[in-house]
Amino acid sequence: MTQVPSRSWTDTPELAPKGKKAVPEGLWIRCTQCAAMLFRKSVENNLWVCPECQHHFRVSARQRIMQLTDPGSFEPFNERMAPVDPLRFVDLRPYTDRLKLAQKRTGQNDGVQTGNAFIKGRKVILACMDFPFLGGSMGSVVGEKITRAIIEAGDHDLPIVIVASSGGARMMESGFSLMQMAKTSAALARFDDQAGLFISVLTDPTTGGVTASFAMLGDVILAEPKALIGFAGPRVIQQTIRQELPEGFQRAEFVLQCGFIDRVVPRSELRSEISRIIDYAGK
Amino acid sequence: MAKPNGHTASYTLPFEQPVIELEKQIALLEDRDDSRDFAEEIQKLRESRDGILDKIYKNLSPWDIVRVARHAKRPQSADYIQLMCRDFCELHGDRHFGDDPAMITGFGRIGPYKVMIIAHQKGRTTQEKITCHFGCAHPEGYRKALKKMKLAEKFGLPVVSLIDTPGAYPGVKAEERGQAEAIAVNLREMSRLRTPIVCVVIGEGGSGGALGIAVGDRVAMLEYSWYSVISPEGCAAILWKNANERTNSLAANALALTARENLANGLIDDVIREPIGGAHRDIPAITKAIQDWIVDRIRELKRSKPETLVQRRYEKLRRIGAVAWHPPDPGDEPPVDE
Repeated sequence: MTQVPSRSWTDTPELAPKGKKAVPEGLWIRCTQCAAMLFRKSVENNLWVCPECQHHFRVSARQRIMQLTDPGSFEPFNERMAPVDPLRFVDLRPYTDRLKLAQKRTGQNDGVQTGNAFIKGRKVILACMDFPFLGGSMGSVVGEKITRAIIEAGDHDLPIVIVASSGGARMMESGFSLMQMAKTSAALARFDDQAGLFISVLTDPTTGGVTASFAMLGDVILAEPKALIGFAGPRVIQQTIRQELPEGFQRAEFVLQCGFIDRVVPRSELRSEISRIIDYAGK
Repeated sequence: MAKPNGHTASYTLPFEQPVIELEKQIALLEDRDDSRDFAEEIQKLRESRDGILDKIYKNLSPWDIVRVARHAKRPQSADYIQLMCRDFCELHGDRHFGDDPAMITGFGRIGPYKVMIIAHQKGRTTQEKITCHFGCAHPEGYRKALKKMKLAEKFGLPVVSLIDTPGAYPGVKAEERGQAEAIAVNLREMSRLRTPIVCVVIGEGGSGGALGIAVGDRVAMLEYSWYSVISPEGCAAILWKNANERTNSLAANALALTARENLANGLIDDVIREPIGGAHRDIPAITKAIQDWIVDRIRELKRSKPETLVQRRYEKLRRIGAVAWHPPDPGDEPPVDE
């Protein structure tokens, strides 16, 4: 049976992230997949992939940018764009509190970083979603920054690479979040009309409103091994069908077989894969 | 319609208790052979019922509105199509996998216009509901909708979209057939479809499943429908860790899912007023209101060239979002560009 992933970030807002949620602190870490004890530094040097079982740990946007881009080439834009609380949303705690905590923890204003970068000497526009920031959820800022990145790519005839890692649309901005799906997709329609190249990279996890908008609209869609990719979350589906889910359900390899992604690419090969696709597209 | 059993127990919403007794009396009088002799009494009772209903409906909580939107007797797409369209010509199938009964598509005439209808269908009887998956479309439903919209574009017909879904179907087969991809492609293609698109949320506007046929030039919601990123129950289950009567109601409040709130937030263009006591109490009246809105909007949109429509549709989406700058340092940030 497929393991239903640990619950979302909302469960333990105050505790240090554990399990698969983020990379644990300390000199030694235990692989969440094969339980091997690993020297932290060696995992870090291996792009946060377990040397024993090839389990791909989740990485933050900052780490992702370092792994993907040529050293020192990333120049962020719209860095100061920050979320507001348009609905004055309060659940068990106010949205503004959740935002402050996430901002403090990640040092970022919101859940995506966008900018110019070079990948193997090729100039690209890069957007990396940040799962540690409220589960990488898409609210107004994420939608707007991604939209601007797409427009920027179109204006300068550059390829855009978006690394998705998100639980979906951000509930606390409700309708505003929902409409970011339409906005980003509309921007991609124009980019497509301009014959722009969009490489979508799906990482663990990519679900909900992010999958159902820009993430699935890549000209070429790559995914990291075993990444959870889907529309509805496994728990929701399990509740609907009241049966065990098939082995490997919604994992990258499964989604590849279903025909919805082009290639499953190990993290160590992402840079070269991206660069050769750009080359083939002549961008 | 208002047979004695019709508006009693099973179909009565809790907040409608005050009018049940009145409705029973009206129904009893209407059913009598000599009901004509009681015309005056019936009229009085009706007025008093309408007065009470009007008051109740003016003060509905968001969670109450969700209940009205799901009312068992609330008119559905198939009802509106039947009442609104002359010569409806249903078109089936997505040309790839199958024909999703949760999505009705076809040619029709509304007022003076030939249009393409795209509509979620929930089903009324138990059998219909099961066939339609309670209005939760599969990927083939979204692809079927897109196929027919492309047809509309080809022949210059406006698209009329009726939205009524708790959400896209969350199941194994739906995932295997690419639910996310189907919705994503619809969002992209609707944003550049070279023909007018008018959308009406007639009941439930559940998340991506609703948006998947709701990217349009003009979007309206019926007064007692809801439209949001997630259902109140889904939101309560995640953020309140538990979906119950109390948390569902709190979530419904928090999500700003009512027609009025969506209008105030600039996410829709119009609210279509419902008859006193909701759409199900006067189906001809609500049908006329929807039809008038559709005809007016199409008339207005038909004046624009397709490229103007597409440009304006894009600009409308482009503007949506609420952001700030932190730390604030006005002057050096680019304005929201086109």
